[in-house]
Amino acid sequence: MSSYLEGIIMLSGINLIAVLGLSLLTGFAGLFSFGHAGFMAIGAYAAAFCTTTLHLPFLVGIAVGAAMAAGSSWLIGRATLKLKGDYFCIATLGFGEAIRLILDNFQALGGARGWPGIPPATTIWNILILDVIGVILLANIVRSRHGRNMIAVREEELAAQVAGINTFKYKMMALIISAAYAGVAGGLLAHYMTFIQPKMFSMTKSTELTIIVIFGGLGSISGSVLGAFVLTFLPELLRAVDKWRLVVYGLAVIGIMIGRPRGLMGGFELTPSSMRKYVADIKSARSAKAAQKAEDATLGKDGL
Amino acid sequence: MAQFLQQMVNGLSIGSVYALMAVGYSLVYSVMNFSNFAHGGVIMFGAYFGFYAITMLKLPFPAAFALAFIGTAVLAVIIERIAYKPLRERKAPFLYFIISAMGASIFLENIIIATIGPTFRTYPDVFGRTSIALGPVAIGRLDLIMFAVSAVCLTGLVLFVEKTKMGRAIQASAYNMKAAALMGVNTDRVVMIVFALGGMLAGIAGVFFGMKYTVYPQIGNITTKSFVAAVFGGLGSLPGAVLGSVLLGIIETLVAGYLSSQFRDLIAFVILIGVLIFRPTGIMGKTTEDKA
Repeated sequence: MSSYLEGIIMLSGINLIAVLGLSLLTGFAGLFSFGHAGFMAIGAYAAAFCTTTLHLPFLVGIAVGAAMAAGSSWLIGRATLKLKGDYFCIATLGFGEAIRLILDNFQALGGARGWPGIPPATTIWNILILDVIGVILLANIVRSRHGRNMIAVREEELAAQVAGINTFKYKMMALIISAAYAGVAGGLLAHYMTFIQPKMFSMTKSTELTIIVIFGGLGSISGSVLGAFVLTFLPELLRAVDKWRLVVYGLAVIGIMIGRPRGLMGGFELTPSSMRKYVADIKSARSAKAAQKAEDATLGKDGL
Repeated sequence: MAQFLQQMVNGLSIGSVYALMAVGYSLVYSVMNFSNFAHGGVIMFGAYFGFYAITMLKLPFPAAFALAFIGTAVLAVIIERIAYKPLRERKAPFLYFIISAMGASIFLENIIIATIGPTFRTYPDVFGRTSIALGPVAIGRLDLIMFAVSAVCLTGLVLFVEKTKMGRAIQASAYNMKAAALMGVNTDRVVMIVFALGGMLAGIAGVFFGMKYTVYPQIGNITTKSFVAAVFGGLGSLPGAVLGSVLLGIIETLVAGYLSSQFRDLIAFVILIGVLIFRPTGIMGKTTEDKA
């Protein structure tokens, strides 16, 4: 495999982990975050601190990064999850920007110039393994009672509350899990790039993650997987028309919202059983058609 | 003391331009109930319209200024028609509006980068660099004009919303769009007017920001400050947006003057998180409750 292709696959895999977390928050719990790059930044810097300064093993660094991101999301959630509508969204925006600006001014971690010399511990294999673990974990969360409660909160918060679901608890749970995913992605990114800079975790990054989730389809894990790979590869394929890439991207986002708001796979999952069902549907449709044809033929004969 | 007064004056002038942005954003929020993230793109276009009207068309400042804000008003209405109206007709949840707004914002920023390029451009010196001495305080001409024009625009907006029939229709739609429509208010028209007004104020703010700093494709990012100001003052409340903006402007200049200019941007987000924790409805906001 060429190193260029390998690089893009690795980036897709890292993006995928952050996207999976955001997919739980936005797609299943119905909360909208503009600050996930902030959680990624916390994960990246915490993991880099563990491996580079404290010389701890790579996996410990990743775990600490995830825990730090989850902890900070708990603080943010406690303050803002009780608010309605756009407040949470604006709060996460403020949080993400604040993290970036704090890191910009924090000279001990390299400040705005960035932090070089992080060991290149991320490989394509540990990314792919974490991707698989991430997908299986998320699929199990979504199918569990907790996941169903989150979906209930997304669909109709008031009704969910009346039905006895502690809406605050489930929103918080979704937020913490998604922040932990973002933290893992940040840690992997730091050890892939071997250099991190606050600029890498700007609001643009948060927006990019959200757009992948939307593009893949809200409430679909396989959509998120597909979205992460398609939207990380697409810019590479469009290198030739580099300048117009994001222009098209912006229009495409509006187009999806107007034309196909459910995204690529909204509400549909690509699993072995759904595939079997799909094949069976085609088969039964075909046999129904054949039966119809035969019937038409006999009718035709009778008619004659 | 003189230095403190000087900082206050500077803060007031920058705060008044924040207010122009925050009011447009708040106006849209009050009627449509979603954060219009494309507002920054409209502000950026205002800065470019004004810049090219002065440098290429060689228009005198008032004409260039008018061209800029008429241009952005039209632009804001076009964005509404293309990106939001289909969603409005489908009664889509607010999430879709935000995402559509994000798409519009990405489009606006990058169409400028693709066509004009990412370079920084500086407005020609229109008002002169001399400042007016007022006792111990020196007020720059641009600062004075910024403050005066903003004050006139905001007063005009308040009069429009309070005194005219259309203004009352806007208030009614902000209170309850469905009920307003049943009472014979043309809500589609109201939404258009709201976007046109917001776009106009955004254009004015864009020209001023371009003149005070420079013109570049990411200048719209400054609107995150106006989101903060609007939350600080109380989301959806016009007087709140003005108060929040002016306070934010003053606090920012004081922080930059007495602590460090590096903390200038940070303080806005510290305020935001503080407000959200301790008084989420802002200074003048009404409590939001689910209408079930």
